[in-house]
Amino acid sequence: MTQTGDIKTLKLDGRDVSARADETILQIARQNGIFIPTMCELEGLSSPGACRLCLVEVKGSSKLMPACLTHAEEGMEVTTGSERLVNYRRMIVELFFTERNHVCSVCVSNGNCELQSLAQKVGLTHVHFPYRFPGEQVDASHGRFIADHNRCILCTRCVRVCDEIEGAHTWDVMGRGIQSHVVTDLHEPWGASASCTGCGKCVQVCPTGALFEKGRSVAEMHKRRQFLPYLTLMREGRE
Amino acid sequence: MTPDELEQIAEKERAAQSECATELRVCVAAGCLSCQSDKVKDALDAEIRQRGIGGCRVKGVGCMGLCAEGPLVSTSKGKMYKLVQPSDAGAVLDTFDPGTQDKILPAHLHCPTDTPFFQSQQKIVLENSGIIDPERIEEYIARDGYSALMKALTEMTPQEVIAEITASGLRGRGGAGYPTGLKWSTVAKAAGAKKFVICNADEGDPGAFMDRSVLESDPHRVLEGMLIAACAVGAQEGYIYVRAEYPLAIKRLRTAIRQAERLGLLGANICGTRFSLHLDLRLGAGAFVCGEETALIASIEGQRGTPRARPPYPAISGLMGGPTLINNVETYANVAPILRKGGAWYAGIGTEKSKGTKVFALAGRVKNTGLVEVPMGITLRRMVFEIGGGIPEGRQFKAVQTGGPSGGCLPEAALDMPIEYESLAKAGSIMGSGGMIVMDESSCMVDVARYFMDFCMTESCGKCVPCRVGTYQMHRILTAITNMTATPKDLAMLEELCDLVKHTSLCGLGQSAPNPVISTLKSFAAEYKAHIEEHRCPAGVCGIDAEGDKA
Repeated sequence: MTQTGDIKTLKLDGRDVSARADETILQIARQNGIFIPTMCELEGLSSPGACRLCLVEVKGSSKLMPACLTHAEEGMEVTTGSERLVNYRRMIVELFFTERNHVCSVCVSNGNCELQSLAQKVGLTHVHFPYRFPGEQVDASHGRFIADHNRCILCTRCVRVCDEIEGAHTWDVMGRGIQSHVVTDLHEPWGASASCTGCGKCVQVCPTGALFEKGRSVAEMHKRRQFLPYLTLMREGRE
Repeated sequence: MTPDELEQIAEKERAAQSECATELRVCVAAGCLSCQSDKVKDALDAEIRQRGIGGCRVKGVGCMGLCAEGPLVSTSKGKMYKLVQPSDAGAVLDTFDPGTQDKILPAHLHCPTDTPFFQSQQKIVLENSGIIDPERIEEYIARDGYSALMKALTEMTPQEVIAEITASGLRGRGGAGYPTGLKWSTVAKAAGAKKFVICNADEGDPGAFMDRSVLESDPHRVLEGMLIAACAVGAQEGYIYVRAEYPLAIKRLRTAIRQAERLGLLGANICGTRFSLHLDLRLGAGAFVCGEETALIASIEGQRGTPRARPPYPAISGLMGGPTLINNVETYANVAPILRKGGAWYAGIGTEKSKGTKVFALAGRVKNTGLVEVPMGITLRRMVFEIGGGIPEGRQFKAVQTGGPSGGCLPEAALDMPIEYESLAKAGSIMGSGGMIVMDESSCMVDVARYFMDFCMTESCGKCVPCRVGTYQMHRILTAITNMTATPKDLAMLEELCDLVKHTSLCGLGQSAPNPVISTLKSFAAEYKAHIEEHRCPAGVCGIDAEGDKA
């Protein structure tokens, strides 16, 4: 696309900032200490632009743009936290909570959950949409890990880390719309998966308690993500 | 194949046709075929042979438009017969047989063609439909087929072809109405060693069958449009993404591709030039979202059919990362006539911003359901009451739904509006691909909105949150309203969700999913109010026992 070294200047929430042309609005915002909520995005993995939490307003564009996929352009004027955006973000987080059964008090990730902390950051005090209460399954067939679909938010980080970093592509999405689920192999029990290497990367990148290690009880699951920036850095260096 | 050789094929075919005094054309497109028109064709054939009538032959042709009265039979002399059953073969042939000419045709078979339904139409895309046999390339060539391709290859530069399309003012017929010339020139200028052309034939709107009819009635016209496009943008590979629910269209497309390849009109070194194009079919497995261009590309690549964020647009980075031109069936079908007759001729039809004609699938509560092609700018009132023949059984008109699940419901007050991209968008609906569903007083608008939301909810791919969960929540509220269990609070929540889903969804499916709700809330607010406050359905459709609260 554009050459690196091509420097752009743009306005982010009224502040003049500089950016390389290959940097996204999200990266620039983070460099400048501006918080934009995200969920499906994770540094080191590709961004699907699916959670729609990082949408920002770009002057001159009638549509809201995902900050994780929009590249910096000269003279761009970006608003990251207008009242309208804040309102949308709160509603999207609410929709996350209504979709499956997120019960923090009994969750392994309580206190270390990205969905939980996101809800606090966007100021969610209560959910005004009705809950779905679907009957979801728990797959404990794997020797070391458990997949609890009640807590899955379909961010597809597990799918991407398994495909892009581990290279196994054990995880994928099946079904459409509200019936979508992440599955291992061709919807077989995780423990029976022939492609799973048991590396546990999916567990570590999972933002909620949907994927966790066996033997962890309430609030005991701490995710360790150090491997991701390390592997990304090492692989970039090799190219 | 040279221009002279093409002319020879055309001459030969025309000569063969002129030997036959009367041609009986039986519609064998999906609509009439489902009323056993193939048996009608066989019966007519058998009857002719038995009687030994000379200079008379029977052939299968594509859609004639008036699907409500099928099976349809027409003659090369302009007569038309409707609702023909195999047992009527004798009665139809009596009108030709010199010995029985004084016998009168039974009234129920007579189909007048001087009605507004036929007279108000202007056929460009459908000019060959109902006239040629879709399974014979010679008939297409005899009606100037592939002459536009010849012209583009031998007399014009790619830039001139694009300039002609730009001058015509043609806009994408898939729904969004993006200027076709601009799209072509973007792909032509995009850098990339390998470029692709794709035909989007994944027509999925409920009640829409325009693309299906074009593919079943005149497949070569779409191939020619794609060939010209590929030649203009510099593509060597092309795909037609057609939904697997259209087996007849697939069969006829395959036949057409084989025939064109045999004549050297498709494949390597077309017509002896350096231009090559390989076309292949890809069958969609029934996902509505695969009509969205980025999802369609993902599906062709063999991945899960989910859209991705644009930019980059497919014109820059599409199939396998190469610049890709995606157009709809009807858009491609317009290309050959534009090159034959010139962009200025096409720009002379229609309105200032919407040029040419548009094919509509007229369905629902009108007398003449079927396929019509009208110049842009015709009013909705003429569509419904003149061409459509009005509402049957003396009922009252209530609304017309355009654009499928992405469109809106337009009330009586909007009927005098001209049909063009901008005015429809302003009224809260969209042109869409051309589905037009007419509703009368027996339809409940809340129920209609619920139906379309059910469709969007089921067809959401599940990738982005607003569409995946938002459509579910909206459907839940609409179901509650039709069950008379909703409260005013629910209505406020519905409006909130409409705004959220419309503005934050990833692709066109989610962004337009609230349209049926928004438009009915705007024009038929009283019906929502009656359900919520008075617990009654003015149209008498909804009831407490209508459907459970479960989605």
